[in-house]
Amino acid sequence: MLQYIVKRLFGLLPTLLIVGVLVFMFVHLLPGDPARLAAGPDATPETVALVRQDLGLDRSLPEQFVRFGSGVLRGDFGRSLRTKRPVSTEVGERFMPTFWLTLAAMTWSVVFGMLIGIVSAVWRNRWPDRLGMTLAVSGISFPAFALGMVLMQVFAVQLGWLPTIGAATWKHYILPSLTLGAAVAAIMARFTRSSFVDILQEDYIRTARAKGLSENVVVIKHGLRNALIPVVTMMGLQFGFLLGGSIVVEVVFNWPGMGRLLVDAVDMRDYPVIQAEVLLFSLEFILINLIVDVLYAVINPTIRYR
Amino acid sequence: MESEAVPESTGADPLPMPAIDAFVAHDAASVRTPWSEFWRKFRKQHVAVGAGIFVLLLVVVALIAPWIVPYDAENFFDYDSLNQLPSLAHWFGVDPLGRDIFSRILMGARISLMAGFVSVAVGALIGTALGLVAGYYEGWWDRVIMRLCDVLFAFPGILLAIGIVAILGGGMANVIIAVSIFSIPTFARLVRGNTLSLKHLTFIEAARSIGASDWTIVIRHIFPGTIAAVVVYFSLRIGTSIITAASLSFIGMGAQPPTPEWGAMLNEARADMMTSPHVAIFPSLAIFLTVLAFNLLGDGLRDALDPKIDQK
Repeated sequence: MLQYIVKRLFGLLPTLLIVGVLVFMFVHLLPGDPARLAAGPDATPETVALVRQDLGLDRSLPEQFVRFGSGVLRGDFGRSLRTKRPVSTEVGERFMPTFWLTLAAMTWSVVFGMLIGIVSAVWRNRWPDRLGMTLAVSGISFPAFALGMVLMQVFAVQLGWLPTIGAATWKHYILPSLTLGAAVAAIMARFTRSSFVDILQEDYIRTARAKGLSENVVVIKHGLRNALIPVVTMMGLQFGFLLGGSIVVEVVFNWPGMGRLLVDAVDMRDYPVIQAEVLLFSLEFILINLIVDVLYAVINPTIRYR
Repeated sequence: MESEAVPESTGADPLPMPAIDAFVAHDAASVRTPWSEFWRKFRKQHVAVGAGIFVLLLVVVALIAPWIVPYDAENFFDYDSLNQLPSLAHWFGVDPLGRDIFSRILMGARISLMAGFVSVAVGALIGTALGLVAGYYEGWWDRVIMRLCDVLFAFPGILLAIGIVAILGGGMANVIIAVSIFSIPTFARLVRGNTLSLKHLTFIEAARSIGASDWTIVIRHIFPGTIAAVVVYFSLRIGTSIITAASLSFIGMGAQPPTPEWGAMLNEARADMMTSPHVAIFPSLAIFLTVLAFNLLGDGLRDALDPKIDQK
């Protein structure tokens, strides 16, 4: 098992390195001179030259990359061009709200998605299936930002049950996490259903029924466990979708998270913040996929010996 | 599924659709070609056929929008009916600036459909080419291309598109480029997988043994076998791409006001949500129904083409 984890970790290194290079190159791909950007629009040529030297932009690209890389490893991403505070502080403050938001969204969407998927598979082609799958296809078709606006209008503005914006209490989490999780719940439901439908046609399910087990035991013990394997993989992929989706949802609910910060940073061309954010988002995604792979290997031992 | 099928066509078909009108087969055909099989199965799925008709209608509306809109979508201001609810004069009502929402939705269909089609077409084209090369040659090509896809996949969801827009700058053209790149790895992986399983089949071996060149084998024999999966993904990805493009406009990185792009319209409507929610409802519905139609069509195509394609 440990061997498998180590192997997977080493497998990630090239991807991580390329992602790092891309994020580093980002500054140089931006139109215009990054030193001028950092110095501000009114800076004199002397100031720009000084800033260039200060940021190390006058050195060769490999030198700059080493500087950038060692900074990143120490958690140093430079200073935000907008607030002049260290990027690590800026992003650090925003990390937890986004983390909890995605986690809340993931939790309920997995629970409801799988439930709908199982119910649909068990009552295949009957009304619970039709209802569940109609909901699911609607869920993947309704854009998160529109759903967020609708939910906010109905539950916060009209009914006044829930707060509109901010992240102060658990009540603040309800609408954004519903908005963020809806599409994932829909995808999970569709995926669980198709996985479950396949499993329910297996011979061992017939055997389980033939030996007189109750339908509940057949579905939960024999069906669920085996249907879970592909569903777990799907979860990892969907987490990426959630991380990306959080950017849009945070804009709708004015959520004090990383997504909002990223959108503001792109707006203000605050490139150190953009770099740190892109790197963190993808790092988080890569790590989650690693965890999912390991979980997968726990559930399905044949994977480990490939 | 792999086919050298000769498209049969009867002009008498009642439901000509973009993806299939080239290969509509007649009912009583004694020979069952893959296309006639597909059409037989697809036709039974009334929801998907309905969705297909809706998509077709949308395309027509988008094409002729400039000539059928009742008012100018950007430059007509009806100052006497600001924020008016839907009426006979303004079917979807009027926005806070006095613009006719119906006209703006119709013009927006042009933008969203174009963004969806173009970006997925470019993504599918490049992705399919990369997937064919990676799957057919394996070895170095495969490693490089798949590593590239891994890297593109490492940026979750819309983040990749945001990064690209941050470099290229905002605007609809750059959004389309960003969404195209975002679509490449999906198609590359899909086609690679299909290619890998196809290339060991006997008919490929036969083609090679009579001296067919790599190019001929890939284009004439392997590529047709991947089309089914690509077509299904094409339809499903258009939905995703339309949402992605609208999302980028919504967060202010895509189409800018006063462009009647649906996502941008929703962003504008946000400020006046309290007083005039109807301004937000129609763009939301437009995106929803359009994406829903593409998704239902894609589901139908999948069921008709190959029940074993796994949905990601």
